[in-house]
Amino acid sequence: MSIIINKTNRTEMKTPTSPTPREVIIGRMKKHKGLIISFAVLLGLVLVALAAPLLAPHDPFKQNLLLRLEPPVFLGGSWNNIFGTDHLGRDYLSRLIYGTQISLLIGFVAALISAVIGTIMGVSAGYFGGKTDLVVTFLVNVRLSLPVVLVALAVVALFGGSLFVVISVLGLLLWDRFAVVTRAATMQIRNMEYVAAAEILGTKIPRILWKDILPNIANQLIVIITLEMAHAIMLEAALSFLGLGVQPPTPSWGLMISEGKPMLFFEPWLITIPGVALFILVFAINMFGDGVRDVSAPEGRN
Amino acid sequence: MFVYILKRFSSAILVALTVSIISFSLLYLSSDPAAAIAGENASGADIEAVRKFYGFDRPIAVQYFEWLTKAIQGDFGESYYFKLPVSDLIFDRLSITMKLGLSGMIFALSFAIPLGVIASIQPNSLIDRFALFLSVMGQAVPSFWLGLILIVVFSINLGWVPASGTDSFQSYILPTIVLGYYAMPAIMRLTRAGMLDVLSSDYIRTARAKGLSKRSILFKHALRNAIIPVVSLAAVQMGFMLGGAIVTESVFALHGAGYLAWESISRNDLPTIQALILIFSLFFIVFTFLADILNVWLDPRMRLN
Repeated sequence: MSIIINKTNRTEMKTPTSPTPREVIIGRMKKHKGLIISFAVLLGLVLVALAAPLLAPHDPFKQNLLLRLEPPVFLGGSWNNIFGTDHLGRDYLSRLIYGTQISLLIGFVAALISAVIGTIMGVSAGYFGGKTDLVVTFLVNVRLSLPVVLVALAVVALFGGSLFVVISVLGLLLWDRFAVVTRAATMQIRNMEYVAAAEILGTKIPRILWKDILPNIANQLIVIITLEMAHAIMLEAALSFLGLGVQPPTPSWGLMISEGKPMLFFEPWLITIPGVALFILVFAINMFGDGVRDVSAPEGRN
Repeated sequence: MFVYILKRFSSAILVALTVSIISFSLLYLSSDPAAAIAGENASGADIEAVRKFYGFDRPIAVQYFEWLTKAIQGDFGESYYFKLPVSDLIFDRLSITMKLGLSGMIFALSFAIPLGVIASIQPNSLIDRFALFLSVMGQAVPSFWLGLILIVVFSINLGWVPASGTDSFQSYILPTIVLGYYAMPAIMRLTRAGMLDVLSSDYIRTARAKGLSKRSILFKHALRNAIIPVVSLAAVQMGFMLGGAIVTESVFALHGAGYLAWESISRNDLPTIQALILIFSLFFIVFTFLADILNVWLDPRMRLN
């Protein structure tokens, strides 16, 4: 009996009138303006980061003390340095372009490390419950009560401000939201019949987690990855701004703002330009995450 | 209720103890505190003497328990840099950070709650869209950058408020805005969502059917219920805000505890850093504890469970 019902369901799925879930989602993506715009912006920024050596008009590290603090074109500067030059005469546009690499790299890798740590903790807490859940909940509480900026600053001060240290510190600090969200999601899915069926069939637990749990929390995971990527990028900028993040002469946007701070009175564009770049990147990432959440939300599903 | 508070309290204590271990051991991970105190030009014998003097040669566990028992009594040792008791140093600075945190929270609440309520009365209206836009924008603006922009506009161009310092209450205005805006989007969204939820409930329909005035429905019936989760969120945000004060204070050169933390980290002043990490964590633990208790107290349904 059940087999017959299954068969009719399957044939129904294939008729053009009822699209598959994947088609539904793709259809919704095409209609979601925010998602398309933010995706285009992000794609553009990734391309800029990848093609930085081709796009940058000058060497981002080359100093020219005769051409210090040249204003950008829109403030009466020359087209040779479109966004002007900094206090060491380095081309601001070139540093901005190379800064895209730093921000994207830190954001992406830190979010990925956090995702792995947090998801392992959250999924095992949600699936096994009991003592595992208690331990994970406790660890999340401990992590939340530690002030992120303060701990990150202290660790970077101890180990030195290399890109590797900054990425590792942020990756090891930002897993709390992954753990909280995947724990709740796994708890829900754990009670589904298909998980029970897999357990009765004697499927090994790692396989259940990988094949049944993980695909079903993937959408939520993508949303959190975007949020934490934005979070990591903002934190790196803040750490570099405080002088305890990525070290000079690396062209980090946060560091550029920090270096422009003494000239705040006379050359405010020095902090405006990297700040706007930071804003556009973080805004696009957040918008993309919101879009993914809207598109994959189960409420409107046909 | 009593059992719940007891359970919640013991978990808070356990978290606090773990945090104290982390903040104590964090600084012994890579650097040698004796070498840090002795300075760059010290000889091996000097470093050994310093190690003996401060007791760094004893087992870590012994040092931790000594540090903890003293810390509970409010003694965090002596600052390497200022040569003053850390507790005196922090106590002065902490009052500035508390003032800033409190005014930041009042600022955030007095904007976010009205905005959230108005947005919920007319969902998808112009005001609602404006509120949403503001909260999305707010999340993408780095606070240190906002602080610098505000300095450029209001201190340099308009000359309304001082750019830094703690001399008058005017110098708190910009830091308050920068710190408060950080907490605004979350509070506004929660107010809006809570109000939308409550406004569509049966008892509001009943109140409308009875012919109660719009104002009475909105404030007496709806907001009172929608505000419960907002109160606990505000308490949690307060904990986060104090932790975030380090960035705001350094932008405005406001010499609070956050600024002290930044200075101490740059100077490798271990006892001060340890104490500050512990204290900022304790603030968060206390605020979340109060938030949970407040939640149970305000919502009679939760008292039964």
